[in-house]
Amino acid sequence: MSDIMAALGARAAELRVPLFVQLDVTYRCNERCVHCYLDHDDRGEMTFTEIAAVLRQLAEAGSLFLTFSGGEVFLRRDFLDIVRLARALQFCVRIKSNGVLIHERHARTLRDLGVHEVQVSLYSHRAEVHDAITALPGSFARSVEAIERLTAIGLRVVVANVLMAQNYGDYPGVRALAARLGVECATDPTVTPHMSGDRSPLALGISARELRDAFRDPALMGDAAAAGTGACMPPAGGADADTLDATPCSAGHTACYVSPYGDVFPCVQFPLPTGNLRTQSFSEIWHQSPAFAAVRAIHVRDLTTCPSCAHVGSCSRCPGLAYMEGSMHGPSSLDCAKSFARTGVPSAGMLAVEALLRSEETAMAVIPLASLRRAGV
Amino acid sequence: MPTYIARHPMTASRELGGEMIVIFARDSRLFTLNEVGGAIWKAADGTRPLDVIVTDVVDAEFDTAGTDAAADVAQFVDDLVQQGILVASEAPIPVALGVDQS
Repeated sequence: MSDIMAALGARAAELRVPLFVQLDVTYRCNERCVHCYLDHDDRGEMTFTEIAAVLRQLAEAGSLFLTFSGGEVFLRRDFLDIVRLARALQFCVRIKSNGVLIHERHARTLRDLGVHEVQVSLYSHRAEVHDAITALPGSFARSVEAIERLTAIGLRVVVANVLMAQNYGDYPGVRALAARLGVECATDPTVTPHMSGDRSPLALGISARELRDAFRDPALMGDAAAAGTGACMPPAGGADADTLDATPCSAGHTACYVSPYGDVFPCVQFPLPTGNLRTQSFSEIWHQSPAFAAVRAIHVRDLTTCPSCAHVGSCSRCPGLAYMEGSMHGPSSLDCAKSFARTGVPSAGMLAVEALLRSEETAMAVIPLASLRRAGV
Repeated sequence: MPTYIARHPMTASRELGGEMIVIFARDSRLFTLNEVGGAIWKAADGTRPLDVIVTDVVDAEFDTAGTDAAADVAQFVDDLVQQGILVASEAPIPVALGVDQS
């Protein structure tokens, strides 16, 4: 993050301004990605008029960086009208799409509207692997065509590459393809639970060994990977007062998420209900919701396990993932695994689980022994 | 010959704590304008000549009448035009340059 962005974030936090907002305009999708966390049925999406009212409220609240996502945003026939209004309201607009429905006309309109960035998901440089993940035959070719179409007219495109067991070995190929297309590539090893709480998608994620190898790849981590320095260096351990006083993440502080149904959450990965824009104003939810107040009250020192962790100053702990594991005050095991993979040093969360398992094994050993004694053996 | 100014259609902006934050989509550069700069930015809709902006916005809102505000504003506008985030023209700049900025 640049210094000016960091300063901007700090100023927004001080003023409690929701500078960053993701608005999902639909959960409907033309792909059925194996790891997707969404329910794709339409349960009553906001109309254009409702979304327009939300955008005006967000502009009034000071939001600047607006991400439109889904579902597939282009399944909404009014999507370009939504983008047009967002740009008229001076939002910096980023769009997440699979690209399959982006035709020449859409690309030109996005360019003319001054859209900042379009993020397109690619799971592999091989059509058969990508299409197997999206469950949409031909989707690879159409996504790549969309990227070419967008870049040809000057739009900034970023390829999003989620790593799973199914496509792990292909990320160098995806990065090479992105380079050939002249676009950035963001590689992400995070697979999240389904929004219903079902954790089965996590089984699709990469193994601990693959995660460690990814953190050792200079193509992903730069010099830190090869030399075991920087982000990959074992933590110094211990936390200073500034670290303990820090807030864990921007979710609920300078960022929030709005679902297609008007539900407001701290983040797309943090499904803590805070209010609904069909019955409340954004300002009321943002400033008065007890749920937002609870999120904002959390400082690192208030977490249950993390303050004593060696990684506390460098961990990417996601409070939303922790919430989905049972407590927004607890550790996020996915981020514990990342810290361990990066540095080789177990997190406090991992050590706590290990201790718990050890005590359960002890209990299991004691119970049969007691049973035997009762039986007079 | 009057000068008209308009925000470049690839900019996005928002007021934050009295400052105007501007981001240029073309290269992701961020700019921070002070209160006076922000007022000029908001007024840069392509329809009002710069001298009218100085009188109606700068002098009126910041009590600069009788000072050399016009020269300072001209310099400020030149800087932003050089940076590419502001467009200047001798004729009114149609909104069609970008999107409806209302």
